[in-house]
Amino acid sequence: MLSADPAAAAEYRAVSARIRAADPESTAAGLRDISQGVRRSIVRMIDRAGMGHIGGDLSVTDILVTCFWGVLSLDPQRPAWTGRDRFILSKGHCAAALYSTLAHSGFFHVDELATFMAPMSALNGHPNKNEVPGVETNTGALGHGFPVATGCAIAAQLGGETWRTVVVLGDGEMQEGSNWEAAMTASHYGLSSLTAVVDRNRLQQGARTEETKRLEPFADKWRSFGWEVRDVDGHDHVALLQALAPSSAGDPVVVIANTIKGKGVSFMEDRVEWHHKVPTREQVELALAELAA
Amino acid sequence: MTLAEQAATFDCRQAFAEELTALARVDDRIVAVCNDSVGSSNLVGFRQEFPDRLVNVGIAEQDLVGVAAGLANAGRIPFVCAAAPFLTGRALEQIKADVAYSRAHVVLCGQSPGMAYGELGPTHHSIEDLSWMRAVANLDVIVPADPDQTRAAVRWAAASGRPVYMRIPRFKVPVVTPPDAPFARGRAIRLVDGDDVTVIAIGSLISRALDAAARLRGEGIGVRVLNMPFVDPLDTAAVLAAARQTRGIVTAEEATTSGGLGAAVASTVVTAHPVPMRILGVPRVFAPTGDTAFLLDHFGLSADGIVAAVRDLLGSGDGHG
Repeated sequence: MLSADPAAAAEYRAVSARIRAADPESTAAGLRDISQGVRRSIVRMIDRAGMGHIGGDLSVTDILVTCFWGVLSLDPQRPAWTGRDRFILSKGHCAAALYSTLAHSGFFHVDELATFMAPMSALNGHPNKNEVPGVETNTGALGHGFPVATGCAIAAQLGGETWRTVVVLGDGEMQEGSNWEAAMTASHYGLSSLTAVVDRNRLQQGARTEETKRLEPFADKWRSFGWEVRDVDGHDHVALLQALAPSSAGDPVVVIANTIKGKGVSFMEDRVEWHHKVPTREQVELALAELAA
Repeated sequence: MTLAEQAATFDCRQAFAEELTALARVDDRIVAVCNDSVGSSNLVGFRQEFPDRLVNVGIAEQDLVGVAAGLANAGRIPFVCAAAPFLTGRALEQIKADVAYSRAHVVLCGQSPGMAYGELGPTHHSIEDLSWMRAVANLDVIVPADPDQTRAAVRWAAASGRPVYMRIPRFKVPVVTPPDAPFARGRAIRLVDGDDVTVIAIGSLISRALDAAARLRGEGIGVRVLNMPFVDPLDTAAVLAAARQTRGIVTAEEATTSGGLGAAVASTVVTAHPVPMRILGVPRVFAPTGDTAFLLDHFGLSADGIVAAVRDLLGSGDGHG
C-alpha cells in the first residue's frame, strides 16, 4: 500500500479550502490550473507506460478535480477515516486520471506516477484499493462501481451518517445492466446522499455511443428511474460545482456531464481512435505544450 | 435404518437464520442482503426484528453483491442470502472483483445449493458453485454438514474479516458433527478412524459416507471418514496423512466433479503423495428430472455408490493391495 505525501496533502488542504471559499471566477481559475496539471501528468504516465486510456482520462479530469478540490470531504493522510465521503471511479480504465488526481492531492507521492503499469507497481492499469490509498473498491470491469456506491449510501442511511457517496460512470458503461439495477435500488431506497456523475463524452471504444447502442433519451431514462437529473458542461468547473450540490428533493442525483473525449489536446478531441491510442514522442510534446497554455 | 434415512433430519436454513439473528442482536454491524429471497432464505424473523438491517435489492444479483461490498466498505458485515445458482452464477464477476479482489468482508450464503431444487431442474441446481468459487483467489469456501456446523460457520465467517462463500443446505440432513467438534479454518474433522481407505465428504454426502463406512466395517474394511467443511483452504495435512496412511481416497460431494472437493484433493495428492482416488459427484452432465434424493442416488452419491467406489478402488489393483 502506498503512503501519503504529507507536504502534498497539506498543500491540497490549503488549496482546496481556498477554492471552496473563493468567488466563482477565482474558483474556476483555480480548478482549471489543477486540471491542466493533472492532465499533463496523465500524458506523461501514458507516454512512459506505452499504454493507457488517454481519451477518457482527459474527458473525466475536470470531474475528478472538481470533486476532489471542490466537493468531497477527504483526508489524504487518513484515507480510511470512517466519516470520509466515498468516491468511486466506476470507469476504472481511466485509472491514470484517478492516480494523477490522488497524487496531486497527496494520497501518495507524485513520483509514484512514473511507475504506472510497470512490473510490480501499485499503479495497475485498473485501480486496486489494497495498493492505492483513496481507492474505495477495485474497478475495471464495467458496471461494478455503481452498485458498490449504492451499498455505501445504504450504509450511510442505515447509520444516520452524513457523509456522501459520489460515483463516476462512463457513458458507454451505462450499457451494462448492473448499472440500471443499481439505479432502481438507489431510488427505491431514496438515497439522497448518492450522486452519480456520467462522463458523457459520447464515444466508446469502437464508435459513438449512439451508433453502438443508443443511450438517448438519456436524461429521460434517469428521470424515469426516479433520479433528479442535472445536465451540465462537464468541463465548466463552476457548473460542475453547482451540479454536485446535495440533493434538494430527497432523490439521488445524476449529473450528466457533457464532455469531450481527449479534452485539452486538439488532435485527440472527439476522435474515437484516442480511446486507447498511445501518442508518439512528437505528439506527447505537442500535447504537453497545449496543456501548459 | 441408515443415517441418511433417519427421521431426525434438518433443513440447515433454520439454523442459519437463527444464528444470524442471534449474532445481529449483539453486533449491529450485521446486515442481511437479499434478492427477493426473504422467505427462501428463512429471513422473515430477521426482518421482523431488524427491518432496517435487511436490505432487499429485488431480483438483481449483480447489484446484490455490489451493494454488499459497499456496505462492507462502510463497516457493516453483510450476509448475502440468495439461492446458490443465481448468487454464484449471475454475480460471479461481482464476487471476483467487488468482494474477493477488493478484500471486502462479505459473507456470501448460497441457499439451497447442489441439487436441493431437484425437480426444478438444472437452471436451479448449483453444482458448479464449488468449481467457480474455488477458482477465485482470496475467497474461503465452506460447505457445512449439518445444523451445528452451519451455526459454527456463520459465527466463524462473521468474525473472520474475510470474503467467504458458504453453502446453506436445504436438503434435510441428520446431525453428523460430534458436539465437541472444533470448527477451524482449513481444518478437517475425522469422524471415523480406519486404515484401509479414506472417504472425504462434504455436506449432504457425510451421512452417506458414514453409512458406507459402517457397512464396509462389517466386511472387515476399515474406512476413515473425514468431514472437510473448508473446501478452500483445504486441510492438506489431513489429506496427505490419508494418502500416506491408507491405500486410497474416495471423495464425495453434491457438485460437479470438474473442480470441487475431488479436484482439490486430487491436486494435493498428485503433487505430494500420489495414491489411487475415486471422485464421486455429478459428472459433466445436466441432471434429469427428479427430486433431490432420487438425483443423489442417480449419480451414485449414496452409501451404495460410496461402498462400490471403495471396493473398486481396493479391487482394481491400483490400491497397493
